[in-house]
Amino acid sequence: MASVKLEINGETHTVADIAADTPLLWVLRDSLGLVGTKYGCGGGYCGACTVQLDGQAVRSCSVTAVAAQGKHITTIEGLANGDELHPLQQAWIELDVPQCGYCQAGQIMNAAALLESNPSPSDSDINRAMAGNICRCGCYVRIKQAIQQASSALAFNAMGVEGELS
Amino acid sequence: MMYPAPFRYHRPENLNAALQLLQRLGEDAKPLAGGQTLIPMLKMRVGDVTDLVDIGRLPDLDEIQLGESEARIGALATHARIAASSVAQRLPSVRDCAGGIADAQVRARGTIGGSISTGDPSTDWAPMLHTMAAIVEIQGPGGKREVAIDDFITDAYTTVLQTGELVTGVRIPLPPARSGGAYIGYKRSAPAYPTAAVGIQLTLDENDVCIAARCVLSAVASRPVTSAAADAALVGTRLTEEDLRAAGELIIADTNPPADVRGSADYKRSVLRGLFLQVGAKALQRAKGENIEGEHNYV
Ligand SMILES: Cc1cc2nc3c(=O)[nH]c(=O)nc-3n(C[C@H](O)[C@H](O)[C@H](O)COP(=O)(O)OP(=O)(O)OC[C@H]3O[C@@H](n4cnc5c(N)ncnc54)[C@H](O)[C@@H]3O)c2cc1C
Ligand code: FES
Ligand code: FES
Repeated sequence: MASVKLEINGETHTVADIAADTPLLWVLRDSLGLVGTKYGCGGGYCGACTVQLDGQAVRSCSVTAVAAQGKHITTIEGLANGDELHPLQQAWIELDVPQCGYCQAGQIMNAAALLESNPSPSDSDINRAMAGNICRCGCYVRIKQAIQQASSALAFNAMGVEGELS
Repeated sequence: MMYPAPFRYHRPENLNAALQLLQRLGEDAKPLAGGQTLIPMLKMRVGDVTDLVDIGRLPDLDEIQLGESEARIGALATHARIAASSVAQRLPSVRDCAGGIADAQVRARGTIGGSISTGDPSTDWAPMLHTMAAIVEIQGPGGKREVAIDDFITDAYTTVLQTGELVTGVRIPLPPARSGGAYIGYKRSAPAYPTAAVGIQLTLDENDVCIAARCVLSAVASRPVTSAAADAALVGTRLTEEDLRAAGELIIADTNPPADVRGSADYKRSVLRGLFLQVGAKALQRAKGENIEGEHNYV
């Protein structure tokens, strides 16, 4: 058994008495109640459990909580800046991206890592970067549109331009 | 596939402590690097592992260095870091391989040392490193040793690693001028291993005649498939499509791909034929100095 100290969405959490090899996913969901991160396959195939470690998208089902210590962990619950949604979340709402919604937290966390490293991705950059996130409902086209829309919104914000996107 | 079976977990501070621990714990202990193969595998309760020795944060084992005559990649370097490194810039086939493995999430965690240590016949690093005649650095209770990549994997899921030994890095001799390589896996989707993969490194003289070739097929046998006959057939030619096709037939004739969910033996052979031409053409362009991108192909 182990006790882990994790920095999640800017807050420090200590979780005692977990098996030392518990995947981060279960500490988030079961110990801390952060259930935005989803369990899809548990086998590293679907991407539903994607969170960020130090800004990099990783599968929380395939990373132990112990290995995530000392890193900045960001989950879907911590993506917005207070009440201000992340441009991706905004675009997701505007374009009605989800169908059942199960894969979407993982999609958004991976997309956020993509925009961090490549703020204006091409369609093929998006296909490549998002390839590890499966959507059983087949929302891929809207996911791509929403990433493009969020990318434009980020560029507008960066230029300090106000007003509507067309 | 929810929780792995319970294990004892160890996190040694440095390489020596890790080696001592692995030696003391013996056969039922496994090193844990990026966990991208091991954690899903443990959840399926495969094997009798009782202890995990987390080497993922050992200092200095993730360095990537580009020297004058060789490159060295530490065992813990992740696929993502390798793809973005100076070594990948200098050696485009390294970029093809590192950037094409699985997806962004796996590339962020999975390591080159973990990849070759699995001995998994469907992984990409061991075959790609064959085209570069790379050397694997190993450290264990008996000290350090070096093994050519071709001798490192002995059979499916089997390597020369003894209990208590760790891969510490991989060394790649830098190819001469007018040498170029390419590596392409043919995959059903990103989070899936290739159906088949081909790597080729070609070296030309000043008249564009091939003076050295190293070819490999992957994911179609229990270990990477190499062929001295195919390599020899390319030497002395100008690497026309016919030359490549003839060499491809020689190496493909040596393989009997297993029929499985990824396709029948005949299907895999036809994939290999197409890939061989494509990879050969790309390697040739690069040997002539063209800077072209490349990545895995999706079905
Ligand atoms: C969805 C998915 C798709 C994938 N697709 C591909 C693909 O297309 N191509 C490909 O090549 N790979 C693929 N992989 C595998 C991936 O590359 C793994 O990262 C890699 O094979 C293992 O590296 P790791 O660091 O995660 O090792 P771990 O999972 O930590 O360890 C793997 C094995 O190696 C041993 N080990 C680890 N490091 C060392 C060391 N330094 N010395 C000795 N033994 C060691 C461990 O004990 C264990 O037995 C895929 C994985 C997933 C989950
Ligand atoms: S739950 Fe982690 S990849 Fe599917
Ligand atoms: S919205 Fe249903 S799985 Fe993606």
